[in-house]
Amino acid sequence: MFYRETGQFKTSYAADQQIFPIRQDRIGVILLLLVAFIVVPLVAGNYWFNAILIPFLIFSLAALGLNILTGYAGQLSLGSAAFMAVGAYAAYNFQVRVEGMPILVSFILAGLTAAGVGILFGLPSLRIKGFYLAVATLAAQFFIVWCLTKFPYLSNNSSSGVISVPGVEMLGFKFDTPQSRYLLVLTIVVVLALLAKNMVRSTTGRAWMAVRDMDVAAEVIGIRLMRTKLLAFAVSSFYCGVAGAMYAFLYLGSVEPDGFSLDLSFKILFMIIVGGVGSVLGSFLGAAFILLLPIFLDISLPALAAALHLPFDGATVSHIQLMIFGALIMFFLIVEPHGLARLWQIGKEKLRLWPFPH
Amino acid sequence: MARQIGDVILDLRNISLSFGGVKALTDISFDVREHEIRAIIGPNGAGKSSMLNVINGVYHPQQGEIIFRGEHRKDMDTHEAAAAGFARTFQNIALFKGMSVLDNLMTGRNLKMKANFMQHALWWGPAKREELEHRKKVEEVIDFLEIEHIRKTPVGRLPYGLQKRVELGRALAAEPQILLLDEPMAGMNVEEKQDMCRFILDVNDQLGTTIVLIEHDMGVVMDISDRVVVLDYGKKIGDGVPDEVKNNPEVIAAYLGTQH
Amino acid sequence: MQFFLEVLIGGLLSGVMYSLVALGFVLIFKASGVFNFAQGAMVYFAALSLVGCMGMGAPLWLAFILAFVIMTLLGIATEKFVLRKMVNQAPIALFMATIGLSFFIEGLAPLLWGNEVRALDIGLVDEPIPWILDNFNMVVSSFDLTAAGLALGLVALLALFFQYTRVGRALRAVADDHQAALSIGIPLQHIWALVWAVAGFVALVAGMLWGSRNGVQFALTFTALKALPVLILGGFTSVPGAIVGGLIIGASEKLAEIYIPPVMAGWFGGNFGGIEGWFPYVMALLFLLVRPEGLFGEKHIDRV
Repeated sequence: MFYRETGQFKTSYAADQQIFPIRQDRIGVILLLLVAFIVVPLVAGNYWFNAILIPFLIFSLAALGLNILTGYAGQLSLGSAAFMAVGAYAAYNFQVRVEGMPILVSFILAGLTAAGVGILFGLPSLRIKGFYLAVATLAAQFFIVWCLTKFPYLSNNSSSGVISVPGVEMLGFKFDTPQSRYLLVLTIVVVLALLAKNMVRSTTGRAWMAVRDMDVAAEVIGIRLMRTKLLAFAVSSFYCGVAGAMYAFLYLGSVEPDGFSLDLSFKILFMIIVGGVGSVLGSFLGAAFILLLPIFLDISLPALAAALHLPFDGATVSHIQLMIFGALIMFFLIVEPHGLARLWQIGKEKLRLWPFPH
Repeated sequence: MARQIGDVILDLRNISLSFGGVKALTDISFDVREHEIRAIIGPNGAGKSSMLNVINGVYHPQQGEIIFRGEHRKDMDTHEAAAAGFARTFQNIALFKGMSVLDNLMTGRNLKMKANFMQHALWWGPAKREELEHRKKVEEVIDFLEIEHIRKTPVGRLPYGLQKRVELGRALAAEPQILLLDEPMAGMNVEEKQDMCRFILDVNDQLGTTIVLIEHDMGVVMDISDRVVVLDYGKKIGDGVPDEVKNNPEVIAAYLGTQH
Repeated sequence: MQFFLEVLIGGLLSGVMYSLVALGFVLIFKASGVFNFAQGAMVYFAALSLVGCMGMGAPLWLAFILAFVIMTLLGIATEKFVLRKMVNQAPIALFMATIGLSFFIEGLAPLLWGNEVRALDIGLVDEPIPWILDNFNMVVSSFDLTAAGLALGLVALLALFFQYTRVGRALRAVADDHQAALSIGIPLQHIWALVWAVAGFVALVAGMLWGSRNGVQFALTFTALKALPVLILGGFTSVPGAIVGGLIIGASEKLAEIYIPPVMAGWFGGNFGGIEGWFPYVMALLFLLVRPEGLFGEKHIDRV
C-alpha cells in the first residue's frame, strides 16, 4: 500500500524520462542521500569508514566503469585493475611533480590518462570480439603492471614501484580524518554515478547497447562501431582511473603495482556479475556484496567451525572464501543472470502489489 | 495505387557479387522508381537477401554500379547508406534484444542525434531538447504501428509477430527515403500478414516512402507491388509489372509453378 | 649461437607442454562450444590429486589412475551441475561461469589436499643430456625432452582420434550443433562425459609433467593461463593448432625473456626481467589483429 503508482500520471515526455519516475522512489533516494551525507558522518565509527564505506564507494565506481564497458557496450574486459593502477600512478605523478596541483585536477587528469590508455588497448576491439577480446585485455593487465614495476620514473624512482601518496588537501582544508575522506569520496562517486546514469539512458547508452546486442544491425542503422566502442573504453577507463586514484589517495595511502593484479580485475568482474550487468544500481549492489562477503565469512566461518568442532585456520577460511566466490558466480549466472539489480526490481514489483498477491 | 510514381531514384547496373568461389549475384541490373513498391522474388538461395545487402552497403559487389539519385557509387558502406536515407529490416529479426521497444525505435534515429556524450552525461540543454524532440517523432511511429501498449517492454519478451512490427518501426523511425524489407511477413499468420500489409501500404501511401520488398507470399506480392524483379541462382530472370511476371514462362518454370 | 639454440630448444620444449594444457581447452571447446577458463585450475587439481594419492602411499601408476577417476568425476559434475543449466545463455555468460568454476576449484583443491608446495617425482630427472652436452656444448634437459615426447605423442593420438574414429566424429558433430547431433541419435550425455574424461586425462598428464618440473603449487594455474595465447595463435578448435601455437609461444617467450631485457636496460637502465609474464599475451593480441581466427581456426561468419 505504500508503493503505489496510482495517481502519478506523466503528462509530458520530460516527466517520463526522469531517472526516478515514481514519487516513492524519489523520496527514497533523497532520504538515502541525506543519510549518506549527514547521518553517517555523525554516527559511524572509524572502522566503518576505513574498512567498509570508503572501499565500497571506490569499488562501486570501478565496477560502474567496468559495467559501462562490459555490461552496456558488451566488450568483455579482464583488465580493469590495470586501469585503476594507471589512474593511481598518474594522479601520483601529477601531484608530486607539478607544484601546487589541485587534487581534483590531478584526479581528472588521472582519469584522462587512464582513458587514453584504455583507448589504446581498446583498439583491438574493432577487430576482435568476445573472449578473444578478454585475452587482449589480459595483455593490458599484465603489461601495464609490469611497466609500472619496471620503469622507475613512473613511481618517482622508488624501488619495485611502491608509492606513498601525499595527503589530500583542497583550498587549505586537509582531508585527514576518515569522515572528511569519506565525504569527498562520496561526493565524487555520486556525481560520477549521476553522469553515468545520464549517459546510459541517452543516445550514447543506446548506441552502446546496440553494439552489444547486435553490432551488424547497429552498423546498418548508422552507428559508428569504432567511435562507440572506443568511447566505451575511454569512459570506462576514466571511471576506473579515478577510482584507482582515490584508492591510492583516499583509502590505502600507499600502493604497489602488484596490488592491482589480475585477482582484483576478477573481483571487479564478479561485482558486476553478481550485482547485475548493464545496471548502474547493480554496480553498487555487487560491490557491496563482494566487499562484505569476506568480512562476513571471516566472522561467521570460525564461529561455525567452533560449533561443529572442526579445525579451521586462516588458510582454510580463505580457501572456503574462494570456493564460495566461485559458487556464487556460477549460481548467479545460472539462476539470475541479471544479478541483484534484477532481484531488486522483482522485489519492487512485488512491493507495488503488497499486501495483495497479484 | 493513388500516388504518383516518380523517376528512377535507384539504379543498379551489372552487379556481380561472389564470396570466395561462390557467385551469389551475376550481372544483375534493375531500377527502382520513387514512391513505388518494388518486390524482389525468387526461390531460396537466389540471392535476394544478398541483393538487399548490396544496396545497403553490407556487402560490396566486385563489379557493377549503384546510382542513387544521380550519384554514381561503386559501393557504399553501411553508414553512408544509412545517412543517404536507406533503412531496412532483416530476415532473422535484428532487434536489440536487451532494450525496450521505445529504445529500439529511438536507436533508429541515431543518425539524427547531434549531441555528444558529454552533453548526454550532463543532461543539459541541447541533449535534453534533442531527446524529447526525437521522442515525439518516435511516438508518432509507435502510434502508426499501434504498439503503444508495449513501448517499455524489452523486445526479447515479445512474440515473433510483434517483434517484426517493432523492427519495421525502427526502420520507419529513421524517416527513410528507401525502405528495404527482407521478408517482413515471414512466419506470420493471416491476421498478422494483413496488418503488416496495411502498414506497408500506409507507409507508401501517406509518407511516400519507396519500398523494396523481398517476399515469398505471392498473393501479397501480386497485390501490393507496382513492379517485380525475379531472381534465380543469382541471375535476373524477370522484371516488370506483376501481371507480366506472373505469365513469364521462365519465372513459372523456376519458381511459380504451373496450374495443373 | 649455441646459447641461442639452447634457449630456443628450451622454449620449444616448454611450448609443447603449453600445448598440452591448451589441448584440454580445445577438446572441451570442440565438444561443447564452451571456453573452459577453469582448465588451469583443473591442471592444478589433477596434479594435487596425483601427489595427494602418492602421499597416501599409492605407487605412481595407481595414483595416476585414481587421479584420472577423480578428474573424470569432476568433469562430469561440472557438466551436470553447471553447464547443463546454462544451455540457453550466451557464450560470454558460459565463459564467466567457468571463471567462477576456476575459483571454486582453486579453493577446493588446497582444501582437500593441503596447500604446501610439493615435489612430484615421476622418475624423470632435470639434467642436461650428456650426449648433446658433449657433442654440441648445449644444455638440453632430458626431462624437457622426455616430457615433450610424451606430450607430442598424446597430441598425435588425440588428433587421430578426432579425425578417424566414429566417436571422434560424433564429438565433432556435437561441437557443431547440439540439436542436430541429438536428432541423429548421438547420445549427448555420454559424449560429454567422454569429452570431460579425455580433457581430465590431458589435464592430468599436463599437471604431472609441469608439477614434476616446477613443483605442485598454486602457480600452476598461471602456467595454464598461458594456454590462452597458445589457443589464439593456433585457433580454438584445432588440435594441431594447439601444438604449433604452443611451440611459437614457448620459443618466443623464452627468447624474449633472454634477449629483450638487456636491450631495455641499455636504453633505460634498471632491471627488465619478467617479460615472460606479458609477452605471450601481447603477441597474441598483435596476432589477433592480423588473423582473428588463429592459424588453423575456423573463420566466424556473421549472417545477416
